[in-house]
Formats: sequence, C-alpha cells, structure tokens
Amino acid sequence: MAKQTVQVDKVIIRFAGDSGDGMQLTGDRFTSSTASFGNDLSTLPDFPAEIRAPAGTLPGVSAFQLHFADHEIMTPGDAPNVLVAMNPAALKANLGQLPRGADIIVNTDEFTKRNLTKVGYDTNPIEDDSLESWNVHPVALTSLTVESLKEFDITKKEAERAKNMFALGLLSWLYGRPTEGTETFLKEKFGKKPEILAANLKALKDGWNFGETTEDFSIRYEVKPAPLNAGTYRNINGNLALAYGLIAAAHQTKLPLFLGSYPITPASDILHELSKHKDFGVRTFQAEDEIAGIGAALGAAYGGSLAITTTSGPGVALKSEAIGLAVALELPLIIIDVQRGGPSTGLPTKTEQADLLQAMYGRNGEAPVPIVAPQSPADNFNAALEAARIATTYRTPVFLLSDGYLANGSEPWRVPEVSELPDLTVTFTDSHNWTAEDGTTEFMPFARDPETLARPWAVPGTPGLEHRIGGIEKADVTGHISYDPDNHDFMVRTRQAKVDGIASTIADLTVDDPSGEATTLVIGWGSTFGPIGAAVKLIRNRGGKVAQAHLRHLNPMPANTGEVLKQYDHVIVPEMNLGQLALLLRGKYLVDAIGFNKVRGLPFKAEELAEVIATYVDTNNANEGSSNG
Amino acid sequence: MADVDLTDSAVPVKLTAKDFKSDQEVRWCPGCGDYAILAAVQSFLPELGIPRENICFISGIGCSSRFPYYLTTYGMHSIHGRAPSIATGLAVSRPDLSVWVVTGDGDALSIGGNHLIHALRRNVNLKILLFNNRIYGLTKGQYSPTSEQGKVTKSTPMGSLDYPFNPLSLAIGAEATFVARTVDSDRKHLTDVLRQASQHEGTALVEIYQNCNIFNDGAFDLLKNPETRDDEVIPLVQDQPIIFGAEGQHCVVRTEHGSLQIVPTDSVDPVEIVVHDAHHPDTATAFALSRLSDPETLHQTPIGVLRDVQRPSYDRLMQSQLETAQEQGSGDLQAMLRGADTWTID
Repeated sequence: MAKQTVQVDKVIIRFAGDSGDGMQLTGDRFTSSTASFGNDLSTLPDFPAEIRAPAGTLPGVSAFQLHFADHEIMTPGDAPNVLVAMNPAALKANLGQLPRGADIIVNTDEFTKRNLTKVGYDTNPIEDDSLESWNVHPVALTSLTVESLKEFDITKKEAERAKNMFALGLLSWLYGRPTEGTETFLKEKFGKKPEILAANLKALKDGWNFGETTEDFSIRYEVKPAPLNAGTYRNINGNLALAYGLIAAAHQTKLPLFLGSYPITPASDILHELSKHKDFGVRTFQAEDEIAGIGAALGAAYGGSLAITTTSGPGVALKSEAIGLAVALELPLIIIDVQRGGPSTGLPTKTEQADLLQAMYGRNGEAPVPIVAPQSPADNFNAALEAARIATTYRTPVFLLSDGYLANGSEPWRVPEVSELPDLTVTFTDSHNWTAEDGTTEFMPFARDPETLARPWAVPGTPGLEHRIGGIEKADVTGHISYDPDNHDFMVRTRQAKVDGIASTIADLTVDDPSGEATTLVIGWGSTFGPIGAAVKLIRNRGGKVAQAHLRHLNPMPANTGEVLKQYDHVIVPEMNLGQLALLLRGKYLVDAIGFNKVRGLPFKAEELAEVIATYVDTNNANEGSSNG
Repeated sequence: MADVDLTDSAVPVKLTAKDFKSDQEVRWCPGCGDYAILAAVQSFLPELGIPRENICFISGIGCSSRFPYYLTTYGMHSIHGRAPSIATGLAVSRPDLSVWVVTGDGDALSIGGNHLIHALRRNVNLKILLFNNRIYGLTKGQYSPTSEQGKVTKSTPMGSLDYPFNPLSLAIGAEATFVARTVDSDRKHLTDVLRQASQHEGTALVEIYQNCNIFNDGAFDLLKNPETRDDEVIPLVQDQPIIFGAEGQHCVVRTEHGSLQIVPTDSVDPVEIVVHDAHHPDTATAFALSRLSDPETLHQTPIGVLRDVQRPSYDRLMQSQLETAQEQGSGDLQAMLRGADTWTID
C-alpha cells in the first residue's frame, strides 16, 4: 500500500516509559537525527530523581519531549501531538497533557492486568472506549522486538531491552528521520558486544520496516528544515554549552581552568564534561563536600587559575560563607548554580528559578555578587564567557544562574569561530603598584584600579609582592587588618560601588516591540525567555501589542532598566518562583511589577502565559495565530 | 602561568629568620605558646632554601590562624575549618609552591574535621601544623574536641560530656602518610619535626602541643616540668628501641593483643623492646603508639614522627594525568566546539 506523506510545520513528540526503558536515550537519538536533518528544535527531558523507581509505577515514569519545526521555535512545546507510552503508567501520567486528537502509540505488551492495576486502571484503556478522542496505535513493541531478535544469541531480557530501538525505528520512519547517526552511536556504545550491537541495529531497522508495512500507520509526516542563519550548527544542551563556555573562557583569559565541585543534580554533568578535557590543562577536583569544592576553587583562584565551582541551590547554601570570603578577598571566582526545585532537597530533577534572592543576598554582611543568567540552553556558552569577563576584570565572585530546564534541554547551536570570541586576556600584577611620598615603591594588595575599582591580582610565586589577605576587614590600600569604623564603612561602600560599576560595561536592556505602541511590557530572566517569547508571539498574532525585555544581568541590572520600566502602564514578570525578580524591580525602581508565578517544576507553557498577558493587552482576535512558537 | 617568571627570584640567596618576620604587630596574649612556634617557624623557613615568594601559609579561624599575618610569605587567613580545602586547591593548581596550613584543635578537628581527613587520605602536598591547646581560645574558653572529658568551662559548668579525639590516631585512621607530634616549648624538637615534615612528599600532619596560658594554662605541664617530663614523654627516634625515663627505666613492648604497653626495661629481654620504624608501611604499630598516652592526662605521651611513608601525592598524580592527556598535543578548542555531529546552512 502506498503511504501518504503529509507536510506539517511542527511536531511535538513525547516519549514516556519506565525509568529503565531507555526513554532519555531514545529521545536524545531522535533529537540528534532531527538536528542533523536541519529542523529547529527544543527539548525537555523530564525524569524522576530515583535511579530506578519501582517498575511500572507513576513515580517511575521518565519522559522526553521534543519540539521540532520548519521555522524558528523557542520552547519544547506546550502539548504533545504524539505520545509514545511504553506502559500504562506512562499513559496515565501523560494523558492529561495530551490534546484530544493527538496520536498515542502504546506498547500493548505492557498493558497486563497487573500493570494496569498498579496504576489504578480497572479496565484496559486500549480496549474500553476511554481513549476514543485520541488516535491510538496499539503496537506490541516488546513481543515484536523479541520476535525480530530471535536468531540472536542473547537472553530474552536483553532482547526486550532493545524495544526502545524498535520504537525509535518506527518513529524515525513516521517522521522521515535519518537513522545513520543512531547506527554510528550504537556501534560506539556496543562496540565490544557485537551480538548486542547487531540486535540493537536490527531492532532499529525492523521498527522502521514495521512502520512501512503495517496498516495501522497510513500517513507519514514531513517537517522541512528550518531557515536558520548561515553557519555550522550542532545540537547542544545547556550543561555541555556551559562546560564548553568555561573551557573557552580559560582559553580567552589565558588562565588554567580549575573546577572544585561536589556532585549534585542537575549540575554534575558539568563536572563530568570538564573532567574529560585534561588535554586543555583543565583540573577538576571532586571534593569531599560543597564547602571544600568552593574552598579548593578559591585556593586555585588565589594561585592564578580561572576558578569555578558548580552546584545547585542546596550546595549554594553550604558555600555561602566561602562566597562571602571571596567577596572580602576580592578574588575572581565563578559560582554556577543550576537551579532546581526547592526548598531543601525539593525536586532535584525539576526546574525552578527560586535561587535568585539567595544569589543576590544569601550571605552575612553586605556582600554584593554579580549575577549572570543564560536565557536558553546554548546561551550558557556566552553566559560563561561573560561571567569570566566580570570575575577576572573586577576580581570578584560571580554567580551564573542556570536551571534544570536550561541544563538538560537542548537546541541547535551555531558553532562560533574561536576568532570571534572576546579577548579576555588577564595580566597579573608583577611589580610594585604604589609610590610613597619619599619616592620608594611597594606593593599594596588593596590599591585599586581607579576605573574598575578592582584590586591587583598578584599570585604566589611573584617575587617582591608577598602579601597576606583574609576575611577580616582590611584597611584600604594596605590590606592590613583594620577595625577602624570609617575604614569599614568605606570598604563596604567601595565593594558595592565596584559591583555597581559593572553596569557601565554591560549592554542596555533592549525592548522587543515591533509595533512601537505597546503599553504592556513582559520582562523576565533566565530560562523563561523562550516561553515568554512564544507567548508574546501568540498575543501579537492575535492582534495584541506587547513589548518583551529579558534581563541577562541581574546584578547589576543594565543602567537603563528603570527608564525602560517606567515607559509602560503594565509590567508583567513571569517567573518560576513566587516573585523574586518582581521584588527586586519593585524595590529598586518603584514600579508596580505584576508577578505571574508558577513553581510546578516545569517550564511555563506559552498558552498559559499568553492568557495572563492578554488580560493586560487588547487583542482583536482578527488574525488568530496557530503557532505557539 | 601568564606573565610571571617563577625562576627569577628577587630574594637574597641566603635568607634569615628576620626575612620572614612581617611588620605586623603580633597580637597573641603575652605568654601564649604561639610565640614560640612562630619564632621556631621563622628560624626554620630559611633552611627550606625556597624563595620566599614560593611559600604560602593558609589558615582557618582561631588564635593560631592569625599566623600568616606575622610572616612575610604569601598567606591567606580564611574561614573556620576550611583551610585544608583552600590549600588543596592552591597546591594542586600550583605544584611549584610550598603550601603550609596553620590550624588549631577546634579549626581542624571540630568544624573542619571533614576537610582534614580528606586532605590526609588524598595526600595533597600540604604541611599541616595543628596547634593543639585543648581549649577554644578565640571564643574565650569553651571546651574543644581534644579537651579531656569532664572539663569545666563556660559552656560546660558541670563538666564536658564529649570524649576527646586523639589527633594522631585520627590522622593514621585517615590514611595519613606523615604523622608527628611535638611541643611548643621544645624548639629543637619542633624544628627537627618541621624539617622532616617539609621533606615529606604529600600531606604531613604535625600536632604541636601549645599552651594557652589564659584559658587552659598548664595543660601540658606533665610533659614539660623538669620533675615529670623524663618519665612522661616518650621520644621516638627512627631505628632506635623505644626506651625512656631519666634512667631509661621504661620501654615499649608488644602485648599479646597486638597493642603496645609500657613495662620496666629491666623486666624484659632487650630483643622484645619495640624498635621505632616510622617508615613501616603497615599502620598497626604507629596506631598502637598513638594509643599509648592517657587520653585524659596525657600520661606517657610519644613525641616525634610516628609515621612517614611514601605514597604519590595527589598533586603529582593530577599533574601526571594532565601530562598523559596532553601527550598527543593540547586540546583543539575549535574542534571541541564543533564536535562530531554538525550540519551546515549556507
């Protein structure tokens, strides 16, 4: 039978199964083929904190959502068009988010009485009429896979485990994705186990062939490549982009990279990645705890390294005292907080933006720390370079606030040429920097650069510049211990002025308002950039006029921020917290910032944001758009 | 390192103690044992033959942690308990430096206990000087993790309930490769132990009994008084039988349980007397030595180097991994950014 091919402009697929079903791998592979096919894309892995939650249960469901399109997109998509449900738990956990009319591919082999009962189904939803409103494609994925692999010398369990490759083959056929990349990947992964490799390759191929021959799938879909700007692209997730950004920053500053870190979800992958790059002279130190992670980084900073510590919110809490020390010592240090749901252990694998005030104020005393936040997975690369620029120029600790969504989500990234990267060359102080009245010279560890207010960075090993620094208040210029009241007041204000002064080197806040007539501004920071952008597009498609601005620097904010905010009747601040940026904007600029806040551990959906924005914006609904970004 | 030529030393070839004395007024209480340790360290440092700029002292918080301010080397007075971690980062990223940690019993064994044990097991190239005065001085007199049980202090009016740590047993249990004990008032012994510690590759832990004349005066009198010290101090000398006492009347022998005990020298066959060997790879005898003293009174306390064995330092191992990784040339940034899986849009 000849299969029909239908052109669509975008597809959102959600792979869902048990933690052990290999859904993240399946999603990654599908994403990789989609990237090399040239679509724009955005992904959202959504998995439990437990390594292996009890099989077949709702808490054990691991999912991976991929949005790909023939045009530029900004989010992993609100609701899937296709759900691949490997078991009843995966169906039950995801059905609520699935619009009526969507396709559901279910692995019927797992819909046993026992598995159904486990998640509270009294009857089999595939057989009763409860799924009437959706297009259900029942496929016996497990038994088809086992059947297809029967000639291999592998156990039944090993054969069953290849069912994700069968599913991937089927989906690859359905959306015309190339499979060569996955074949190469499997050859690398199972190179030492030829029988398992052959079995997985066959499962992948048979999944594809099954799509071609089965009557159940009569239509194939085609999503044409997206018209991206010219260049060489690769798909990249946020943690990888961040690790690359740090290595690039070391290269551009000409400093050796040192990472002190303690494993913590969702930041550990940065440690894993950096530890692979010893050929760049990267030193990674897995410390005994979070405190030692930052302690070692601070020691390395003193010694002249580009020093990094990576963590998530609970780790920042433990590092707070050392961050305060870095503020007092005025040494460059990058603190990466990949935010997750809190408080306490919270939701380790889910995303949130609730550490902003912790980064801003979570220390004793007046201890200002600059904050930079990337706005998309790939943007972590640029954010790392910017954090390094601020840290080394101003001799200060800098926060980089990523989050779980940015860390694990991926998107196409135009690979930069090294020659395009900013020159961040650091020069250590190697001679006396102070001339006394009698003409003699000496080294003063707290004599500042008049422009940046940065103190000299003189590293151990430099003859004649031996000096002592510490956490006790220091006298201006000499750095000697000082309990003098006026000196303390001066030093506190000077450290604040130094951080405030960074604003003169960062770009003005730009506003996106094609109409130029908007009276409502939506302003956000960090990973809400995509959802806000998609929501704003929806509003504009519906005839509404709305402006968007996004803060990359949270401390200090761009110099024109107050001016921008005052131009609008309404300022809406969507955040995945209870209103932390809104509080800062209200406190600093006396604007009536209106928060829109959700802490569900998931990124905003464009449609829910658009609904809120619409209450402040007139829309005539004249040309209602269908795209949700 | 950018812009710094480490080979060009501006210091005189031969340094003296004076070269290591900073212009800062020393602010310990008059009579504090720290003065003697500072003087001993200042006199010893020239012996290292290392240019002043290549020496760095890192301390935590406590009376002893003011130490770096009084030296003319590079130094950092950090935060409570964390000096070993900061020093670790410095030492592994700058193997060309001589990195020293100055800490106290509260700093190293209470708030910073975790960092201490992990520095020891990793064998980072650090020399850790643990000033043990068995009391909290800077916070004005609370009991410390080495205070004897039942100690009456401001925070324990009915006596402390905590059982004390034995710092050397702890260090040996934490896989330390160099463990020694000395006393603030014995300049010669202190200097000799510093010398051995400085020659050791890896972490060296030196416990220095240090008198706090304000809050715990006389804590070590038993080991210092001319009338008692000969019978109370067990000096350890490499390859020598462990015999002590004014007349050499005490000696150390093994028990049938594998521990050590002190018996009259004339009661045993001389071949039964334990011959001190700090270089023995097994920790059993060193640990047994650390257990000889009475945890409350310090009655019969060994001093000297208990353990001094070879194990590659963490810094060296890390350096060698970097060198191995760079054997085929340094990383290519452009190639890394590009990766294996790219597509091009014209």
